[in-house]
Amino acid sequence: MSPLFDFTDYGALLSLVSSSLIAGALLGIVGGLIGFFVMARDLPFAVHGISELSFAGAAGALLIGADVVTGSIVGSLIAALLIGLLGPRARERNSVIGVLMPFGLGLGILFLALYPGRSANRFGLLTGQVVSVDTPQVAVLSVVALVVLVALLLIWRPLLFASVDEDVATARGVPVRTLSLVFMVLLALTVSIAVQTVGALLVLALLVTPAAAALRVAADPLVVSLLSMLFAVVSMLGGILLALGAAIPISPYVTTISFVIYLVCRGIGRWRRRIPTADVGFPP
Amino acid sequence: MTAALRFEDAALGFGGRTLWRGLTLDVEPGEFLAVLGPNGSGKTTLLKAVLGLQPLSEGGLTVLGEPPRRGNRRIGYIPQQRLLDASTPVRGVDLVRFGVNGTRFGLPLPRRRDRERAAELVAAVDAGGYASRPAALLSGGEQQRLRVGQALADDPPLLLCDEPLISLDLANQAAVSALIDRHRRARNAAVLFVTHDVNPVLGLVDRVLYLVDGRFRIGPPREVLTSEVLSELFRTHVDVVRVHDRIVVVGAGHEEHEHAGRLP
Repeated sequence: MSPLFDFTDYGALLSLVSSSLIAGALLGIVGGLIGFFVMARDLPFAVHGISELSFAGAAGALLIGADVVTGSIVGSLIAALLIGLLGPRARERNSVIGVLMPFGLGLGILFLALYPGRSANRFGLLTGQVVSVDTPQVAVLSVVALVVLVALLLIWRPLLFASVDEDVATARGVPVRTLSLVFMVLLALTVSIAVQTVGALLVLALLVTPAAAALRVAADPLVVSLLSMLFAVVSMLGGILLALGAAIPISPYVTTISFVIYLVCRGIGRWRRRIPTADVGFPP
Repeated sequence: MTAALRFEDAALGFGGRTLWRGLTLDVEPGEFLAVLGPNGSGKTTLLKAVLGLQPLSEGGLTVLGEPPRRGNRRIGYIPQQRLLDASTPVRGVDLVRFGVNGTRFGLPLPRRRDRERAAELVAAVDAGGYASRPAALLSGGEQQRLRVGQALADDPPLLLCDEPLISLDLANQAAVSALIDRHRRARNAAVLFVTHDVNPVLGLVDRVLYLVDGRFRIGPPREVLTSEVLSELFRTHVDVVRVHDRIVVVGAGHEEHEHAGRLP
């Protein structure tokens, strides 16, 4: 049985994973930032749905020998646009996602079952494989991350306005529908690079948990988004560094760190009584 | 002086159904017009037409001297209060900031001018005590004051209000309508106020537009809100009763007519 932690030859290992660390940090920054809007727009379930189709796309690419990153981007773009176009309202959206998600997962499993290659590649897509990310892949991930980051910053104010108060934003002339589709595309791109690192099943740990944690301790949008990015980066880098000394995938480490941060923030939030837990409800 | 709003033989309908037609109406600067009527009579759609979100099916409409267009910064819009989800990542003051720079694309670098304007608006609606709290934790009345602040960001000569007092208690209804009225007087702004209950603003209203099933009447409250006129509009017997300074409308089988809900 492989140990959970084994730090012999750690220094030598570290030099091998510098590109993974860069990829991890970038992903943390983008994931944490977009997670802020995922929470503001109530889209955690959509993130999960997109990641399953992204997984199917990547598995399909693996099967036909195409580029896995491209496959996962295509899969998540299709999912995001379907969700964005078919279900603009929360209720419709959730049923569209509920229909798409098992289909995507099933498709992905079919592709993997047909794939004759190494089985490590198969499960990497579901559970994460950042340590195996090579330099050209890091380049692709970095470009995608930068595009998403810049685009998000440019649409920040109208997007936040539309996320918080769609009716008034519409009345004030914000192109709410266009922004919503643009956001879904950015979300799809982020999910597809996250699938490469933490795996399809655990994308939520990076795109939802850090932002949810930050919301427990702050309300200023700037502070919430900075904290969310910080939490996501800490989870990613901590996960990669801990996974180095072990023979198991990176994702349990990332999800555990991110979950512990969430628990701590929840504790702090409750102690400060600034944000009520869902079951307390609102004053009348 | 040009009218703040001018409807000329306007009609509005969609999906083969006409909400109203033949509407000719000038709303003057400084005038407070209450838009009344049962649900589905096209009150909110009328606001959408003014906002440039819904084209008229016939006739003409000019808004502050120009054709209606989306994103007109000279219109302030106050929606009805709704509870914000606990995961809404904004504070009270951020609601006001949406009015100042919420439609602006580009890097969200903080600007001192924006911050100062938001602070002015927060002070103008007496929201200083709670503006830094999470918006989701604010009471309905606090939230609505901030939304008034948001709507006043561009010092608009026309205010559109869509049920802004709904689900507020009497004290907050009075406070929020007073803020709206204060802006009207200071700026000589026209106010289009959609409501199902005219009583909280009865003292401020110059004229009412009462819409029922495509029919409508326009005039001062004492001329329109009478048993005779409303019975004709509703095509059934309706009693309008004045109790102290309130108006209670009792419809025969018209439960959807919501003034009736104000009966003790």
